[in-house]
Amino acid sequence: MSESVDWRPACSLDALRLRAELLGRLRAFFAERGVLEVDTPALSAAAVSDPQLASFATHFNGPDGGPRWLQTSPEFAMKRLLAAGSGCIWQLCKVFRDGEAGRRHNPEFSLLEWYRLGFDHHRLMDEVAELVHTLLAGRRRLGDVEKLSYREAFLRHLGLDPFAIGVAEARAACLAQGIVPPPGMPEAVLDPWLDLLLSHRIEPQLGRERLTFLYDYPPSQAALARIRVEDSPAVGSRFELYLDGVELANGFHELGDAAEQRARFLADNGQRRALGLTPVPLDERFLAALAHGLPDCAGVALGFDRLLMLAQGASSLDAVLAFPQARA
Amino acid sequence: MATYSTNEFKSGLKIMLDGDPYAIVENEFVKPGKGQAFNRVRVRNLKSGRVIERTFKSGDSVEGADVMDVDMEYLYNDGEFWHFMNQSTFEQLSADANAVGDSAKWMKENDICQLTLWNGVPLTVLPPNFIIAKIVETDPGLKGDTSGGGGKPATLDTGAVVRVPLFVQTGEVIKVDTRTGEYVSRVKE
Repeated sequence: MSESVDWRPACSLDALRLRAELLGRLRAFFAERGVLEVDTPALSAAAVSDPQLASFATHFNGPDGGPRWLQTSPEFAMKRLLAAGSGCIWQLCKVFRDGEAGRRHNPEFSLLEWYRLGFDHHRLMDEVAELVHTLLAGRRRLGDVEKLSYREAFLRHLGLDPFAIGVAEARAACLAQGIVPPPGMPEAVLDPWLDLLLSHRIEPQLGRERLTFLYDYPPSQAALARIRVEDSPAVGSRFELYLDGVELANGFHELGDAAEQRARFLADNGQRRALGLTPVPLDERFLAALAHGLPDCAGVALGFDRLLMLAQGASSLDAVLAFPQARA
Repeated sequence: MATYSTNEFKSGLKIMLDGDPYAIVENEFVKPGKGQAFNRVRVRNLKSGRVIERTFKSGDSVEGADVMDVDMEYLYNDGEFWHFMNQSTFEQLSADANAVGDSAKWMKENDICQLTLWNGVPLTVLPPNFIIAKIVETDPGLKGDTSGGGGKPATLDTGAVVRVPLFVQTGEVIKVDTRTGEYVSRVKE
């Protein structure tokens, strides 16, 4: 009986040792730089509002009991620490995302997140590259770091300016690229079309034997990044890191404006309703922290399991997870 | 018929696309950082066998295809249709040349074949992995040859032509792997 049950780890014992080794290097990296390791809750009374992220919901029975959500990222809690004067901080924690499973997705995963005071997104990209090169040293030989703006990436790989086209042009580009648009794509919103082109035709080209950063996203995709309206066109100070066509990290020059943050939350909830999703309660503690004042900072979240996967030259998270969802 | 959410996608799942039944060959969940997630799938058209790529918005639903595999006994060919019988219900079905396709050359009466039915109609017919068939024609070959070596073509009573060792002769009965078309062994009658 016990031999027919898949009780054994999916990954090799070497992969376990690699994880332990890189964790050691990670702690040394941040200790050298005076970045403080912190710990924030996985279970929270507020959920992320991003319509593309699904939180696991549960219920706390106890004093002040009520609905609770497993965190999709420690971002809000860490920003509360920053507003309280913590200085630069980092943590590696488990985060949870419902509905996400595949070769490069597991519904719970280890996220490395850190914040640097006084950094903008370009300076943080440089530090991300340093960290990744440090962690991959001895395992991967990588070329010079490449930085591409979101716009340059579309121009280079598709000959399209994502800031100048509409849905009709994006649809035509999909068809020209041999992508059959999925049923139910919106007629009036461009972003899902850009996501389609990016994920199907651009991302696979990014990070070939080197780190590639995409930066300066359309304002509609700024998420929690500040938007530079003085630029033409206006862009969100956000970046993503790719290696081997795999998205490894997402970072922002952080938005510190509580009123704008509240407006973005409300807009997210509006979108959630339009998509038939349940609106989520706003994280008022996070908004209060922003109102108190978030120091000027940049922050980034990096998928640690994916980095381990790429360190091993593997193409599936099963190569680095002891017990992926299918055998958890 | 049931509908399936992209969350339920996995290889082997049968779905309807553009009016045709398909089987999912490979399912990849892709998500560009923040933003719309997609399920990028490779699917095989169960009528034509052709594999194509399609993308769905994650969370969307797709109509399932009423496709199932059943084991049936091959009865006979009437010149146009191949007739099969379900051994437990004794229900009979006929499959046309489109469905039988290349399997025709392995079909032997009373063998158990696997039929893939779509809305009750055969889409494909698979012969058993191994069949026992009689050689109706092959060159005499050299005496004394044991096995290995070049081999020679032999025509079976089912119609297939397979390579057999030189020592195997017309009138002998052999076992053949229909998946590879390879000779396995001689069979004593």
